[in-house]
Amino acid sequence: MSPGAVPLRPVENAIAAVRPAIRIRDLAKTFGELVAVDHVSLDIAPGEFFMIVGPSGCGKTTLLRILAGLETATSGSIEIDVPAGSKRPDNSMVFQGDSIFPWMTVWQNASYGLRMRKVAAAQVKDVVGYYLDRTGLARFAHYYPHQLSGGMRQRVAIARAFANDPHILLMDEPFSALDAQNKLLLQEELLHIWEEHKKTVVFITHSVDEAVLLGDRVMVMTAQPGRLKQFVPIALARPRDIMELQGAPEYGELVHRIWSSLRDEVQRAREIENRIGVKS
Amino acid sequence: MSVQTTAAAPTRQQRALSLRDRDRILSIASPIGLLLVWEIAAQTGLIDTRFFPAPSSILALLYEMLRSGELLMHVGASLQRLAWGILLGGVPALVLGIAMGLNRTIRALIDPLIAATYPIPKSSILPLVLLIFGLGESSKVFMVAIGVFFPLVINATTGVREINSIYLDVGRNYKADRWNTFWTIALPGALPVIMTGFKLGVGIGLILIAIAEMNGAKSGLGFLIWSAWETFAVEQMYVGLFMFALIGFIFTVLLNELERFIIPWKTT
Repeated sequence: MSPGAVPLRPVENAIAAVRPAIRIRDLAKTFGELVAVDHVSLDIAPGEFFMIVGPSGCGKTTLLRILAGLETATSGSIEIDVPAGSKRPDNSMVFQGDSIFPWMTVWQNASYGLRMRKVAAAQVKDVVGYYLDRTGLARFAHYYPHQLSGGMRQRVAIARAFANDPHILLMDEPFSALDAQNKLLLQEELLHIWEEHKKTVVFITHSVDEAVLLGDRVMVMTAQPGRLKQFVPIALARPRDIMELQGAPEYGELVHRIWSSLRDEVQRAREIENRIGVKS
Repeated sequence: MSVQTTAAAPTRQQRALSLRDRDRILSIASPIGLLLVWEIAAQTGLIDTRFFPAPSSILALLYEMLRSGELLMHVGASLQRLAWGILLGGVPALVLGIAMGLNRTIRALIDPLIAATYPIPKSSILPLVLLIFGLGESSKVFMVAIGVFFPLVINATTGVREINSIYLDVGRNYKADRWNTFWTIALPGALPVIMTGFKLGVGIGLILIAIAEMNGAKSGLGFLIWSAWETFAVEQMYVGLFMFALIGFIFTVLLNELERFIIPWKTT
C-alpha cells in the first residue's frame, strides 16, 4: 500500500448495528467540590479501539478507573457486556508508569492475572509463553524488572494485561513515560497483538497523534468538569502501518481536526489552573 | 532491545577491583595495627595493664577457656536466649505490623499503645521483667523479644503503608483476594523495610541480652563479663567483650546474606 492510498471504512455504521461492549449512562464522579466526570454517556462497540483525549485534569483517568472498578461512580451506570457464564475477567488495565511488581520476575508478572484466577498451570504456561513471545520478552522470562529498560517493563505490563484475556482492555497513557523511539515501537507492537483478537480497548492518551494512529474513534473531553465534547471517527484502514500512516493526508486532517477541538480545552484547563493556583 | 548488564569497560572494572582490594587490605591492616600498638604499649608499661591487659594475655585466656569448654557454655547460653527472643519477639511483630499496615482499624487501635511504650528505655523494664518472670531463662528471652519487637513492628507497618498504591491497584484490578494481596503484594513490597527493622531489632536484642545476663544469671556472656568485674578478672572481661563483638559481626554477615537471599530484586 502506497502512502496516501489509505481507504476509508464505514466504522460508525458498524457500531450502531451491534450490542455495545460498554454502555455508559450519565456517569458522574465528584471528589468533594470538584466535579471530575460530569454526566458522560457513551457506547463502545465490541472490538472497538476507543481513544479518549483531553487536557490534564479533565477526569479521563477517573473515568477509566471507574471502568476498572478501582473507583466508584457518584451517579450513573456502567454496563460491560459479558456473556453469561464467562470465566474471563471484565477488564484488565495497563497502568500509567511502572506498575509491574519489582519483586516478581517477568514471568511471574506476566502470569499474575491468570495465577490470581487459579487457571490451570499448563494453560498459564501456554498463554504466558505466547504473549512473552509476542512482546519479545521470552528470553527475559526470569529477569527482574530492575534488570530491564523502561520500554521492556511496559511491554511486561502489556503482556500481563493481554495474557489475562479480559473482555475489555483499559490503557491509561501506557507509553507516556517512554522516549519517542520506544513509544513508536511499542505502538506498532500493540497494534500487531491487538489485530490478532481485536479486543475492545479503551485507551487514554494526551497525544493526538497516538489517538489517530491507534484508534477507531476518538472522544475529546472538555477541561474540568470533564464532559464529552466530541467524537471523531478514525476511518483509516487496518492493519495500519504507523510509518505509512503518518505520511497520509487523511492522517494530517484528522490530527488537525482533533487538535482544534482539544486546543480550546487545553487553553481553558490552563486558565483554571491559573485561577486556582494549583496543577490538578 | 538492550538489557542492562554489569559488564563495564575492562579498564574501569580493573580499576574498581584494585580499589576494592586496596580497601580490603586497609580494613584488615587497621585492626591488626591497633592490636600491635596495644601489645607493645602493654609490654613496655606505657599503659596500665590492670585496665588494658596485653592482647596476648587475653588470647591466652580465651584459648584456655575454649579448651575447658567454659566459654562455649556461656556463648551457647547467650545464643540460645537470643534465638528464642528473636523468634518470640519477631513473629508477633511481623504479623501485627503487617496487619497494622493493611488495616486502618487495627492501626488505630494498636498505634497509640506502641507510640506510648516505645520511648521507654527497654533496659529500664528489666526489674519489672525479673519480678514477673523470675531469674530463669524466660526473663532473658523476654528482654531480647522486646528489643526485636519494637523496631520490627514499626518498620513492618511503615513498609506496608509505603508500598506504592499502584501495586495495590494492580492487585485489585487483577482480582487478588486477601490472601494473595498479603502474600504477593503486602509482604514482598514491605520486605526491604522489614529487613531493616529486623537488623535494628537484632542489634537491640544483643544490647539487652548483655544487660539481662548481668542481673541474676548463672551463665551467658553478660554473666561472664559481670562476674569478671566482681572478681577483678580483667582478661576474662575482655574475652567476653571480644565474643560479643564476634557474635555481632557474624550476625551482621548472616543478616546481609539472608537479605540477599529473600530480597533478590533489591538493586543495591
